Formats: sequence, C-alpha cells, structure tokens
Amino acid sequence: MADTVKLPEDSFKRINADDRAALDSEKIAAPSLTFAQDAWRRLKKNKGAWVSLIVLAIVFIMAFGSLVVSPHDPNAVHPSYANLPSKIPGININGFNGTLVQAGERIDAYKQAGASSKFYVMGTDYLGRDLFSRVLYGTRISLIIALVATLFDLTIGVTYGMFSGWKGGRIDTIMQRIIEIILSIPNLVVIVLLILILKPGMTSIIIAIALTSWTNMARLVRAQTMEIKEQEYILAARTLGERPMKIAFKHLLPNLSSVIIINTMFTIPNAIFFEATLSYIGIGISSPQASLGTLLNDGQKNFQFLPYQMWWPALVLSIIMLAFNLLGDGLRDAFDPRTKE
Amino acid sequence: MAKYLAKRIFYLILTLFIVITVTFFLMKLLPGTPLTNQAKLSKSQIALIYEQYGLNKPVWQQYLLYLAGAVRGNFGTSFQFSDQPVSYLLSSRIGPSLQIGLQAMIFGVILGILVGSFGAMRQNTWVDTTATVVSILGISIPSFVLAVLLQYYLGLKLGWFPIAEWGGFIYTVLPTLALGATPLAESARFVRTEMVDVLSSDYIELAKAKGLSRTGVIYHHALRNSLIPLITIVGPLAVNIMTGSMVVENIFSIPGIGEQFVKSVLTNDYPTIMGLTIIYSFMLCVVLLFTDILYGIVDPRIRLTGKAN
Repeated sequence: MADTVKLPEDSFKRINADDRAALDSEKIAAPSLTFAQDAWRRLKKNKGAWVSLIVLAIVFIMAFGSLVVSPHDPNAVHPSYANLPSKIPGININGFNGTLVQAGERIDAYKQAGASSKFYVMGTDYLGRDLFSRVLYGTRISLIIALVATLFDLTIGVTYGMFSGWKGGRIDTIMQRIIEIILSIPNLVVIVLLILILKPGMTSIIIAIALTSWTNMARLVRAQTMEIKEQEYILAARTLGERPMKIAFKHLLPNLSSVIIINTMFTIPNAIFFEATLSYIGIGISSPQASLGTLLNDGQKNFQFLPYQMWWPALVLSIIMLAFNLLGDGLRDAFDPRTKE
Repeated sequence: MAKYLAKRIFYLILTLFIVITVTFFLMKLLPGTPLTNQAKLSKSQIALIYEQYGLNKPVWQQYLLYLAGAVRGNFGTSFQFSDQPVSYLLSSRIGPSLQIGLQAMIFGVILGILVGSFGAMRQNTWVDTTATVVSILGISIPSFVLAVLLQYYLGLKLGWFPIAEWGGFIYTVLPTLALGATPLAESARFVRTEMVDVLSSDYIELAKAKGLSRTGVIYHHALRNSLIPLITIVGPLAVNIMTGSMVVENIFSIPGIGEQFVKSVLTNDYPTIMGLTIIYSFMLCVVLLFTDILYGIVDPRIRLTGKAN
C-alpha cells in the first residue's frame, strides 16, 4: 500500500514580496562592519587598551577641566601651609591622613600648621602650593606639549614619508640618507641644542621635539607607501589622470591611517618623556609654569624627607605613559588582526 | 663585504662631517657669549680673551680650524674650566659612562631575553602575564624616576649600595639597574613576540616530531632564531641609554660624559657641548655600523650589498 503523503495545503501558496523579506531575515550573517568598526570592536575586547582609554579620558578631563574648576590655585603661595602631607577626608591610613613622622613621633601636620579644617589631597609643596592642583596643571602643560609636538611631527613625518616613498629612486635614497644622519645623533642631544638656540620655554620645547621625532613616522609611512603604491587602485587612479595630491589624500592617507595612528600612540609618551627629562635637567619649563618634569625635579630635592612630593607626579607620569603604551599596543592588535592570537 | 664596509665607513665619515658642521654653525647662532656675565672686563681684556680662544677670526676660518682640530681629536678649550682642553676633559670622563652604559646594556638585554623567552614558552599563563607587566612597566617608568627610587630605597633605606659617587663596582650597581630597565623591557617584549612567532613555525614542529627534548627545541631552535632580530634594536637601545645617562649620572653624581653634558648646557660651555655632540654621534654611528655588520654575519639571509634593512 502506497502511503500518500499528505502535504499541508498552505505549503503551496504563492510567496509575495513581503514574505520573501521575512525569509531573508532568517539568514544567519554577521552585520557587515567597516574597517574602523571592526578595529573598534577588537579594541573593546582588549582589556588593557580599553582601561587605558578610560584612564586617559579621565586624565584629560581632569587636566583640562582644572582650567575651569581647580581645587586650589596652582600658583597660590601659602608659606604657613608649606610641606603638608597628603590628606584625604574620610581615609585614616597613614600617608593619606595628614600625619607625618617627626622626631620619631607621628603628628598631625595640619593641626600644627593651624589648618585643621583644610585638606590637600596630595599635600602641599615647599611654598605651600596645593600639589594636586599643581599636578593637574603640570599634566596639562605636559600633555599640551606632547600633543602639539606630536601633531607637528605627524605632519612632517607623514608628508616626508609619503613623498619619499611615492617618488622612489634617487630622491628617495637621498631622503633616506638624511634620516639616517638625523638618527645618528641621539635625539635628546639635538633637542638640547635646539632649545639652547631658541631659549628655554614651551614653544621651543615643542619645536625641538617636533623637529627630531618625526623620523620614525617617516620611515614607517615610506615603507607602507611603497607597498600601497603598487596596488591596482592606485594604478587605476593614475590611469584616470588623478593628480598626485589627490591620490595622496584620497587613496594613500586613508590606507596609511592605521600605521599613523599606532605610531602616534608611541610618539606621544616619547614626547612626554623628553619634556619631563628636559624639565628635570633644568632647561625645560621654567617657574612659575610647571610640568610633570619640573614637579618631579622639585619633589626629588626633598625626597628623603617628603617622599610624597615626588611620588605623586611620578605616579601620574608613569600612569600616562603606561596608558599610552597599552593603548598603542591595543590599537596595533586591533588594526592588524594577523597579530591576534 | 669589503665594498659594503667601505661604503658604510664612507657614510660614517660623511655623517660625522655633517654633524660637526651643523653643530658648529648652530653654536655660532647661540645667543650670548661666554663672557656675557663678566661686566668687569674692559674692552681690551675681552679682545685679548677672544684672541686667545680664536674667537676674533672670521667664522669660516674658525670653522676650518675647528674641523682640522676635530679630525685630530682636538675640540678646543673648555669655557667652563679654562686651560682644560675639551678632549682631555672628556677622555677622563668617558670611562665611567662607557662602563655603566655597557653594563646596563648587557644586564638589560640578557635579563630581557630570559624574561621574554619564559613569557613566550608559557604563553597565556601567569608567567607570561608577569613578563608582560615587567616589560610594560619598564617602558613606562622614566629611568630618572627609577633612579631616584632605587637610590632612596636600596641605597639609603636598606643601605645595600652606596647612594652616589664613583668608586668600585659596587658604585655602578644602582645606575646600571636604573639604566638597564628600558633595555630589559624592550628586549623582553621583542623576544617574546619573536619567539611566539618562531614557536609556531614548521621547523619547531619538526624538531618536536623528531623527539628532541623541550630544552633542546627551545635552546637550539627557538631561542637562536628569535635572538637574531634582537640585534636590530641594539642601536635604539644605545640611544636610550645615552639619553638616560644624562640624568641618571647626575642623580648618582657619576663623573661621566652625561653629567658633563648637562653641566655644560647649564653653563653655556659651547666647546664642550660641541665635543660631546660629536662623541655621542660617533658612538652611535659605530654601534649602528657594528650591529648592521653583525646582523649580516649572524643571518646569512640578509644581503650586505645594499641597505641593511
């Protein structure tokens, strides 16, 4: 006996356009992501980089927000409140409760100075200036110097690298020789020489760092440009008679962006380091202006007796450097999936 | 090889020539003279001093004289310490700097190799995490912060090492640690990345399949191949140590060239600054030349005919 298969009648209905769309929605496919979205997704997965990004955001907001609201005036001098240790209200741990050891005894330094009602989160320096406000102020100056210098050396490096890689041949060789010569003098020596000529100050530090640190960027961009320049879409653009300038902006630059962004993340902490070193040596930012380097220098003088005056700026400086380095690492992995696992 | 060497040495000389020329003219652009603060001197005295130092001649003559002197290792007379030739001043100071620099490099790179390869061998375990943390901290903490901390905690509080001055080996320990931190971190990071790459390559699989012991695989195959590219970062590390030494030598008051550089900068001692700039770039050029040659010898895949990179 042959069973007749009974199929439901509605299986044989005509599908109209609406139903077809409903069927398509059952397809399993990841949403298509652009390169940037993809990189962003990978970056968010990287814990270190993600935390760094948040830390940097907080540092930036605090450093630049202190322009508007600062706990104290970073330059207001109160000689009677000099060298007070750190005091955070509500926390009673030695080191954060405004006490310090004097002649073998732990005493409340705030009571002694007649400032029991006041509190300075990071303490005060030798002139009674609020260290927290000064650290915020110093961070701001350090960041401004690093960012502006990086912006300049990005411009120089990218232009130089693209030009050198694009032109190739003899021009490229000469341009690379120039880079090699610059690289054969330690950067800091050149920076010091330039600052001596330009007179110490913020502008000359920025110029000096910008003029010396672009070589790395230029090399990377050149190598990448030489690779991209052989691609078909560049050939197509050339065949269509596109001007080199337009090719550079429309085709080269977007494709170089990951190299540029990653390298920038490593240039910024370098610039911060150079600035701190210069200020530490004593040819950087001069008072009453302050940067993390000058704060470190001031703190180091009293480190034996008042270690917190150096610990705080050192901590902030290290955290900023750490965050930029981790973020740079994360971005490198995010932009280059091959390095992932 | 000989042709390559000749070419490289030619470039080295050309580089040094350009460095000398540029520093010379930069120094001529500097504001002020070494006598700016000496208001008591009369005109004729100033003229005498200028004559003594050859500052009254036209700039191009001074330049040629300086160049001729520099070739023979004579960088003029220091402004800060009159009667002391710069070359004498620096030659007595270069020893400590070289010693500390080399020690820091050797200490940092060797420890970095260990940390990095342990990290790679035990990938994604706590060993690896520790190695990564060490290397990222070493890169992020400036050497001068580390120097002050070491000086205070190991030197003053624990009293294990002298906090400053220059004497025997014991005096070099803290500065070496402070300067060696960055090379340690950089090489650990570098070795780890390289080794992770190498460990996943076919010849490691083969070595394992042959039945080689774990240490045999690591030592003979993985480590050797991951160390070759390490030579390329020796140059940048040397720069880092030179830069760091300027501050670290100051902190530990070591009579080296880094300390002298800072001193000269603060006292406008132009001849010494120029001499030091030339010495620094000479040392760096030599390091770069050596590493390039060494790279070619160790890794025959690199041809030494054109550019080394």
